[in-house]
Amino acid sequence: MWKWLHSYADPERAYNLSGKLLPWFAMLAIALIGIGSVWGLAFAPSDYQQGDSYRIIFIHVPAASMSMAAYMGMATSAFIGLVWQIKSADWAAAAIAPIGAVITFIALLTGATWGKPMWGTWWVWDARLTAELVLLFLYLGVIALYASFEDKVLAARAAGILAIVGVINIPIIKYSVEWWSSLHQPSTIRITEKSTMPTEMLYPLLINILGFGLMIGAITLIRFRSEVLARNSMRPWVRTLAKAQGVK
Amino acid sequence: MQFDSLSDFLNMGGYAFYVWLAYGVTFGSLGILVMQSMGQKRKVLTEIAKQIQREERLKENRSNK
Repeated sequence: MWKWLHSYADPERAYNLSGKLLPWFAMLAIALIGIGSVWGLAFAPSDYQQGDSYRIIFIHVPAASMSMAAYMGMATSAFIGLVWQIKSADWAAAAIAPIGAVITFIALLTGATWGKPMWGTWWVWDARLTAELVLLFLYLGVIALYASFEDKVLAARAAGILAIVGVINIPIIKYSVEWWSSLHQPSTIRITEKSTMPTEMLYPLLINILGFGLMIGAITLIRFRSEVLARNSMRPWVRTLAKAQGVK
Repeated sequence: MQFDSLSDFLNMGGYAFYVWLAYGVTFGSLGILVMQSMGQKRKVLTEIAKQIQREERLKENRSNK
């Protein structure tokens, strides 16, 4: 039933399909992040306790939640690559890692600039913050491992195993605010019950979360396409593309 | 609009430094990431084209002998 999916593991088809999807992801991401950020910065009401400093939430929460979602995406790709030996999945994982690292860095930095005015400190060695820092190191580890081997099949296997083992960190980040007493507040968006946030604040936040997700998708597609080209340099279709561009 | 004027908006209720630092670094680093990612394809293809040129040069020299 799902056999048709298999044909998209072919590098050339994967390259062309991701090229077709890219403009949609990119346009939607730019539109959503634009709307969400302007709405959050200028139109959402001020917080009664935190004033206007809380407006950092409109990038902090999307970055933090998507840093975990991107990790799950990367680990899933790595798992598919390891188990079914699908190279395209390995390349997708390699494409996601640097994006995840940047998003995690953004989550940590926006957290610090929000923590300073509200908690009085840029950083504390608190469970949530430390676990998120470990996530950054996991991303950096995956990037470094993938870059360390000339043989990219071997590189993908090593990096993939690290990515899969690192999944243990995701529930630790997610539940850290519930398991341990933390300076960090628990989540304000609830899926099963009513969110602890008024809708005028919630909508721009949800828009930006969706926008960040699509943006990660778009950048993944861009990087995935280059990775496909780099790993298939001996294939005639890649050589045709290379010749068309020429040496500059 | 939550703010009365542009300067009011830029002031962010006194939290201008923190709010604009967060937004600035976010969009700055995302911009760098996007630019770097978009430049990759050209770099990879140029590298492959160079490789093809090298192979062709090698082939030519071999047939001369």
